[in-house]
Amino acid sequence: MRKAGKASWKTGGIGQLMIPLIAVGLLILFNLIRDPSFFSIHTTPGNSGGIVLTGNLISIINGASELAVLAMGMTLVTAACGGQDISVGAAAAIAGSVFVRVLKTPDVITGGTMILAFASCCVVAMLFGAFNGTLVAVFRIQPMIATLILYTCGRSIAYWINGGATPTVSSPIINAIGSYIPGVPIPTPIFIVLAVGILLALVFRFTNLRLYTQSVGINQGAAKLNGINSTMIKLLSFIILGLCVATAGCIGVSRLSLINHETLLLDVEMDAILAVAIGGNSLGGGKFRISGSILGAYIIQMLTITLYAMKVPSTNVKAYKAIVIILLVVMGSPVVKKKIADFWKHLRGSHPASVGKEAA
Amino acid sequence: MSLNKTGKAAVRREPLTDTQLLMTITICIFFAMYAIAMLTLGGGFLRPQQVFDLLNDNAALIIVACGLTVVMIGGGIDISVGGVIGLTVMSCVMYLNNGGNIATAALMAIGIGLAFGLLHGFLVSYLEIQPFIVTLAGMFFARGATTMISVNPQKVTHEGFKALMKSKIEIPWLGYTAKNGNLIPARMEIGVIIALCCVLLIFLILKNVRHGRNLYAVGGNQQSALMLGINVKRIRFLSYVTSGLLSGIAGFVFMMHTGAGNATNAAGAEMNAIASSIIGGTLLTGGVGNAIGTFFGVLTLTTIKKIVVTSGLKDPWWQSITTGAMLCFFILLQSVVLSRRGKKRSADAAKS
Repeated sequence: MRKAGKASWKTGGIGQLMIPLIAVGLLILFNLIRDPSFFSIHTTPGNSGGIVLTGNLISIINGASELAVLAMGMTLVTAACGGQDISVGAAAAIAGSVFVRVLKTPDVITGGTMILAFASCCVVAMLFGAFNGTLVAVFRIQPMIATLILYTCGRSIAYWINGGATPTVSSPIINAIGSYIPGVPIPTPIFIVLAVGILLALVFRFTNLRLYTQSVGINQGAAKLNGINSTMIKLLSFIILGLCVATAGCIGVSRLSLINHETLLLDVEMDAILAVAIGGNSLGGGKFRISGSILGAYIIQMLTITLYAMKVPSTNVKAYKAIVIILLVVMGSPVVKKKIADFWKHLRGSHPASVGKEAA
Repeated sequence: MSLNKTGKAAVRREPLTDTQLLMTITICIFFAMYAIAMLTLGGGFLRPQQVFDLLNDNAALIIVACGLTVVMIGGGIDISVGGVIGLTVMSCVMYLNNGGNIATAALMAIGIGLAFGLLHGFLVSYLEIQPFIVTLAGMFFARGATTMISVNPQKVTHEGFKALMKSKIEIPWLGYTAKNGNLIPARMEIGVIIALCCVLLIFLILKNVRHGRNLYAVGGNQQSALMLGINVKRIRFLSYVTSGLLSGIAGFVFMMHTGAGNATNAAGAEMNAIASSIIGGTLLTGGVGNAIGTFFGVLTLTTIKKIVVTSGLKDPWWQSITTGAMLCFFILLQSVVLSRRGKKRSADAAKS
């Protein structure tokens, strides 16, 4: 399966972005026909004074922030290990709990406590990432199985950290992270995604991480013979995912100003993996494009917001989402792609007989 | 220690396959755990009814775990099973409450499961789409369709079905005497019989039928299987169909146990089933595993939860934390055992 998938999914090139771009185009077109004012942006007075931008476009980009951050990390793990981390939602709940726990310790929340809280939640998330990474890289366990452990018990650990409560935190700083910085009209999570994206781009620009990750993902044995420490690369990818998880957890907590271990980023692991796949990355590892995954995250959110705008009840959204996903992956399927290519050739009339022979 | 001994003794006589080795470890650990629970906790664990309760509560899980074992041996994954159970239960309950009969409801359950299985199988094996994504979409669809039928929980009002739910198989000689002197026989639900039949059937198919043997070949090494002339696509297609069919049956069994349709029915059943299969010795990489092991995997997973509750760890988080810890233990154990065997094998190969 892995080999067949790898050979036929042309990943890594610009062509990989074809399907997600078509999907975005179709979604925009559909929305414009249905309701021309769908993408209009309004200015409304914000809660903390000043004018803020609102509208469907803003809520799509804002709402997909956690997913986009997680999808970036997930792409790296997928590329290096050829498997996915299904514990990111649970790990984000743990990170969020640690964040709140540290914030609640002193009486007054200052900038210093914020930094301390964020740092400790990063450390915890990285530790859990390293735990997953060790299982995958050192013990050679399939990533999905290894992360099933944390998936099973992660939310309970988050519950335990806060002693069986769902505490709230209220502070202007938290509000600034979760919604708007006073005086800035754009929601803060968008800037955080931007910052994480730029950071990753810089890392890829100035280190060999991309090359090493891809080579470990494509052929671990060959990478090892070329002197690449594949264990370290896999571990590193999980630790970077841990950082992404911590960031996503903090955004999620700040949005609601409370930590609910059961509902914080629920089912986000499935969406994150979906984002990676929609972005045209092979789930079998190897070459990857982070931009594809980010695009995938926004497609998922755009789909959700579109469905909400069509007055679909929130509980039924999943069913429609499933249909769109199946259509997308069928379009991207190598077999279907080949059939379509053959069909084009046939239409143009270029040796239909030989095409038939090739197919047979 | 005793495990190593049995393992080594068996190796001398006749090489133990990976499947048998992992299954033996699980079964030994299950019995050891149950014995310790009987000795230290006593109480309910001393009564045979405890075992029947475990089976009654988890009949549906046993069935879907078998389905997942089949898919995982073929090197795939099916995470839609929980959603399919939810959809089956909800649609059957609504059908029965609107004046349907039981036989048609059972057929409907099987039909829904089969439909999901056929679709997954086609998309995964003939269109070569990644199984995780296909079955994830299947799960989303099933969950969404369930809430489309009804957001609110629905109870079965069909009299005949209620009677079927209440009918239990009584085994007097395994019962116990209550404080007032009455003999309370051990009770087993009909669903358990169905589940045990499924386990046995899958076990025999995987062991003796050509398609079953081919499944191991496909999961073990797809390229070699293809060169041996096995129809890889059809075998993989059939594995998803089996899993879909079994989740339909599991849905009906689940309904016989709970008697109500709910949007959150069998939430997380897919992960429990995957965990059970792994504990039972199935490898996600494919080619290793069997249904009996999975059966004991389910029992081990549910027994540990029962032990945690009985032993007084009342805080709600302990159950899943212990489950996670146990899962971690089993996964590490398998990894270590298999890699040691792998080293030994390559050493033997080097000698000869």
